Amino acid sequence: MDLLAPIMISIIAASTPLLFAAIGELVVEKSGVLNLGVEGMMLGGAVIAFIVSVETGNSTLAVVAGAAMGAVMASLFALLTLGLLANQVATGLALTLFGIGLSALLGQGYVGTPLKALPKLSITGLSDIPILGLVLFGQDVLVYLSFLVTGGVAWFLYRTRGGLILRSVGENPQAAHAIGFPVIRIRLFAVLFGGAMAGLGGAYLSLSYTPMWAEEMSAGRGWIALALVVFATWRPGRVVVGAYLFGGLTLAQLHLQGMGSTAIPSQFLNMVPYIATIVVLVLISRDATRIRMNAPASIGKVFHPDG
Amino acid sequence: MIALERRPNTSRFWLYATPLLAVILTVLSGAILFTVLGFDPIEALTAYFISPLRDSYGLGELTIKATPLAIIAIGLAIGFRANVWNIGAEGQLTLGAITGGGLALLFYGAEGPWLPPLMLVGGMLGGAVWAAIPAFLRTRFNANEILVSLMLTYVAGLLLSYLVTGPWKDPMGFGFPRTRMFGEGALLPTLFAGSRMHIGFPIALATVAGAWFLIARSFIGFQIKVVGLTPPAAGYAGFSNKRIIWATLLCSGALAGLAGAIEVSGPIGQLTPSISPGYGFTAIIVAFLGRLHPLGILCAAMLMALSYIGGESAQIELGLPLAVTGVFQGMLLFFLLASDVLVHYRIRLRLTREAV
Amino acid sequence: MTKLTRRSFSALTLAAGAAAAFPARAADPLKVGFIYVGPVGDFGWSYQHDQGRLAIEQEFGDRVKTSFVESVPEGADAERVITQLARSGHKLIFTTSFGYMEPTLKVAKNFPDVMFEHATGYMRSDNVSTYAARFYEGRYVAGVLAGRLSKTNKVGYIGSIPIPEVIRGINAFTHSARKINPAIEVTPIWVNEWYNPGKEADAAKALIDQGADIILQHTDSPAPVQTAEERGVLCVGQASNMERFGPKSHMTAIVDHWAPYYIARTKAILDGTWASGDVWGGFDSGMVEMSPFNANLPEAVVAEAKAAQQAIHDGKLHPFSGPIKNQAGEITIADGATAPDGDLLGMNWYVEGVNGKVPG
Repeated sequence: MDLLAPIMISIIAASTPLLFAAIGELVVEKSGVLNLGVEGMMLGGAVIAFIVSVETGNSTLAVVAGAAMGAVMASLFALLTLGLLANQVATGLALTLFGIGLSALLGQGYVGTPLKALPKLSITGLSDIPILGLVLFGQDVLVYLSFLVTGGVAWFLYRTRGGLILRSVGENPQAAHAIGFPVIRIRLFAVLFGGAMAGLGGAYLSLSYTPMWAEEMSAGRGWIALALVVFATWRPGRVVVGAYLFGGLTLAQLHLQGMGSTAIPSQFLNMVPYIATIVVLVLISRDATRIRMNAPASIGKVFHPDG
Repeated sequence: MIALERRPNTSRFWLYATPLLAVILTVLSGAILFTVLGFDPIEALTAYFISPLRDSYGLGELTIKATPLAIIAIGLAIGFRANVWNIGAEGQLTLGAITGGGLALLFYGAEGPWLPPLMLVGGMLGGAVWAAIPAFLRTRFNANEILVSLMLTYVAGLLLSYLVTGPWKDPMGFGFPRTRMFGEGALLPTLFAGSRMHIGFPIALATVAGAWFLIARSFIGFQIKVVGLTPPAAGYAGFSNKRIIWATLLCSGALAGLAGAIEVSGPIGQLTPSISPGYGFTAIIVAFLGRLHPLGILCAAMLMALSYIGGESAQIELGLPLAVTGVFQGMLLFFLLASDVLVHYRIRLRLTREAV
Repeated sequence: MTKLTRRSFSALTLAAGAAAAFPARAADPLKVGFIYVGPVGDFGWSYQHDQGRLAIEQEFGDRVKTSFVESVPEGADAERVITQLARSGHKLIFTTSFGYMEPTLKVAKNFPDVMFEHATGYMRSDNVSTYAARFYEGRYVAGVLAGRLSKTNKVGYIGSIPIPEVIRGINAFTHSARKINPAIEVTPIWVNEWYNPGKEADAAKALIDQGADIILQHTDSPAPVQTAEERGVLCVGQASNMERFGPKSHMTAIVDHWAPYYIARTKAILDGTWASGDVWGGFDSGMVEMSPFNANLPEAVVAEAKAAQQAIHDGKLHPFSGPIKNQAGEITIADGATAPDGDLLGMNWYVEGVNGKVPG
């Protein structure tokens, strides 16, 4: 039983960056835009957050700067895809290439620099509760923020007028435009939000998960985040499930190896999170109509008022 | 304010002028970037765009790098036209390398002129089988092919790692994770002495020609176009959406697998844990950069290959860090993608929205 | 020796030819090229090789000019990059990853007047040398620390890719630790990557959660050291001194130190004495170093580790001297015998005390 709490804490650490990046991309896709540059924006956020933290010692400022960097990179994407109607898939991939290079360039002087991890919360009384105390009340502030953001996004999308408009823009931009909604501006905000969240995910990597800067340290997490949006069938709640399922299975297979008793080659154990994600997706995708209801119909398509 | 106005017809002039414009813009802003970073801009641009093209050897290397990109992108473009999102070409490439390379190991010591073609076919089958999984799950269970194909990429990489560290490990290789070198007879013939340029490039050209025919002249090409543009209309016309999904995924998977088999039987000559430096992902950019058109894809593949090789010569000649190449590549792609707007739209200056 | 003369002769004629072609630049610097598998900013394997390159520049100043290409995948690209280095006038080229072996040999055949140095491989030719470091000697010293300091008798070992080099390290470490404390058990977790900070940290957490109080790593990032520090267990750094990532937890690190070898080989080219060969250097060559032992460690334990290091350095102690048993308890290396280099090179079995099966 004394294994439970530390394992849950490890899962939280592994899942939080995925959750940030995925919930941001979910909003982007709900507005009808597909930004495949998540990996690049995460790296941008990671390097800037790290630099600001080292230079100022102010972790709040660092987190904000990481999010801002993600948003700045997303604005480049927005300029191209929304302003100049460039192809979204290709632009997003180009943004990833660009982000890998840019982050490496910016971080050149910071490789091998140590940093103190973000402080963990400690609430006298609550954090001391056995097992769940530390899990629930002993995390750093970004972990709570990731849940707050997810809840906020769910509330915004399904409980507010703004969310309704955003979804209708993603569903049928021509109709939304005809009614008089500023399609481009709404999509711009969604893209910027997605970038900021990817930047936060990156900031979590370089400030808390592994407090350091190293080139390409996101190691493909941006791609997993993209897959999780699809996995969640564009529902915020399911993004949490997906991120924690993926993080949990990653930890589980490592633990299984650590038990030392298994004869299964490690490569097959390493496959588990990927295959399980596919299997679960298959199980939850069988109801075609419900997915069609959640999937934004206009995703990835260029919008121009002239049609 | 500035507004974009849709052209009634695509502009022939800008169709050919935009890539040129993008390159000019890239050169200009690249020069600024290099200057700011303290490098001689002329030298840097020479390293990127001229050095790799100086002689026949360099041109041969360019074709080697462009071959897998072009072949994969052709396959992906067919799917993208029908709105089938195969993001996992990298995994299908890996499977093609495994099946193609596996045949070379199976017939080790018994090679003949029949083996390389068989390996290529085997590679295509391997890639197609890997792509059949997302096709099956999509058509039968409605599971999104983006997720399935992407996740299978990781699975394929681990499978390759298992094979080369386990059952297929070179018995004479001191336990290192790789297979034995394939026999001479399992390697693709090179075209010229003194160059690595091999028969893969002509295969890529043939693929381009074939795809052109398929898209422009065949009924299936027409179906793909209709399904991609207006799915409901396709339904009325009696085209089966499921059949299109199967056809495009199998086709793109087979071509990615072909590229994998070409890589291992051409320049690599054995199976190792890393066959592809992300060709399957880069090919997605290539497909769109080429505007999903076979000839455009060929040009885009050459350009991407040039930017990679140019990045290497910039590192060698000037000590320009790879990070700068990433930024420079990003700029090049941004300009290319952004200038595309001029093909379909006119830029108009309007004083106010009402004053049209 | 005849070979050597012939080569130095051709090097001389070559230099003469170059001088004739560029009379104004008679003292052209020697161009030395490097190809790295990772980014120089990985703070691990490639970073350490680049430190070696910088050491060459510092040592020889204007007499050399170095260049490098980073993040070159071990596929079709490697041969092109190595060729490009050879064609652009580099006379000495270091190819610093095992996967560059075949490409290096292929290119070397086409450029007989260029000398190549391939790290960690086993194929050589007239103009291709191989070099590697006996990092397992460092692992043995780390084993002394673990044997004395583990309280739970459980050690976690983060493995990258199951190649003989990594398995050799696990064995040297385990054998050494169990000589002191036979109750020690070592559990490897394979992440199947050389470099993925997050996953390395996760693996470290899993091992600590299962009771390990000492963490070893054969992956490149300092993430496991950070994790050990956070969880209050001990660890050993990899490739470079990682103490700043774990001021309390970092006992020492097994440091890759390529500078002495790189300087010696460059000097050999400048002097015209370069010859193909194979160097597998340990503590005595300076290629392997232990970073300063943590000041918090008990003095007696540090003294014991240092004594082991000195004994290995002086050739009095071999990390793989018998009796050594395999996992089945059978004597694999007999009492009084030491494993020959050939056996070490292809090692694919675990010694007694390692949990799990050798992958593959």
